[in-house]
Amino acid sequence: MPLSPAAAPARRPGVFNRIVATAAGAGIVAGLLLTGMQHLQVTELIRTAETYEAAAQAAPVAAHAHDHADEHEHGNEHAHAGAPEHEHAAAAAHEHRGEEHHHGGWEPAPGGERLFYTVLANISMAVGYALLLAAALTLRGKPVDWRAGLLWGGAAYLVFFVAPSLGLPPELPGTQAAPVVARQSWWIATAGATATALALLAWSRHWALKLAALALLAVPHLVGAPQPAVHGAVAPAALAREFVVASALANAAFWLALGALTGWLHARFNRAG
Amino acid sequence: MSPVTSTSVHVAPLALKDKLLPALGAAALGIVLLFGAGFAPLEALHNAAHDSRHSAGFPCH
Repeated sequence: MPLSPAAAPARRPGVFNRIVATAAGAGIVAGLLLTGMQHLQVTELIRTAETYEAAAQAAPVAAHAHDHADEHEHGNEHAHAGAPEHEHAAAAAHEHRGEEHHHGGWEPAPGGERLFYTVLANISMAVGYALLLAAALTLRGKPVDWRAGLLWGGAAYLVFFVAPSLGLPPELPGTQAAPVVARQSWWIATAGATATALALLAWSRHWALKLAALALLAVPHLVGAPQPAVHGAVAPAALAREFVVASALANAAFWLALGALTGWLHARFNRAG
Repeated sequence: MSPVTSTSVHVAPLALKDKLLPALGAAALGIVLLFGAGFAPLEALHNAAHDSRHSAGFPCH
């Protein structure tokens, strides 16, 4: 159904609006689905890890307070002078550790408020990814349906979850890691290299380009993800493994849904008429 | 010599120049949303998106 170029602007929304409408629809639905999937396992594992993290941080504070109590008992006659100092020191230590854990600043209250912000963040993330996907579908310009969208979603899952996770597996709170900016840079570089490599593998005709694509797939992993000086985690290793599996499944479902929805809505909004 | 196959016109009704800017604009908007949810160093944003970041495999903390 060829559309006469002169009629296009008057008869349907512009290219940008069609991409935004596609991404909003697909992102909101997939973001809600992701929240549901997370609730099955992922979030519960995060909460459990946080109890280990909190316990690990509370322990040194308790030991510290105990030391002071001993000193205090020892200097019995200075009881009244010593007590406020001791309380102050313990409180300061506690506050300091509290800041390390929470990074300071506002945070959502547990329960409904925390869930609300998780939904918000999931939808923001999903609409963001869907905007990239719908922009790519538009630039590619080939007809797609929800099945083709599934393929795009699968490829995006490899790009944005599997490839970065090979070097930086999804982590539970309380895991030792390299500085966050170094890891974020490696994450973005790996996703970019993987996306470029998959596009070359899918669309290039020349064998040399396909060979270069395979090399490009490997480069981030040969370079290696930033590693902490000392590895360690407060949560048991079994919990960490369970978390990797749970988030891999939740993200796979998310990406297949986001891809299929984006492909379907893109086809709907870009049909001539 | 294989015959040149004609590409069907209705498959790609838009010229690249007509869709490049809108598509890049939409992609940029997408990157802003992703940055806010997954990468922004601001404490309040980090804490609000904490569970999302951990489950999506974004580098956290």
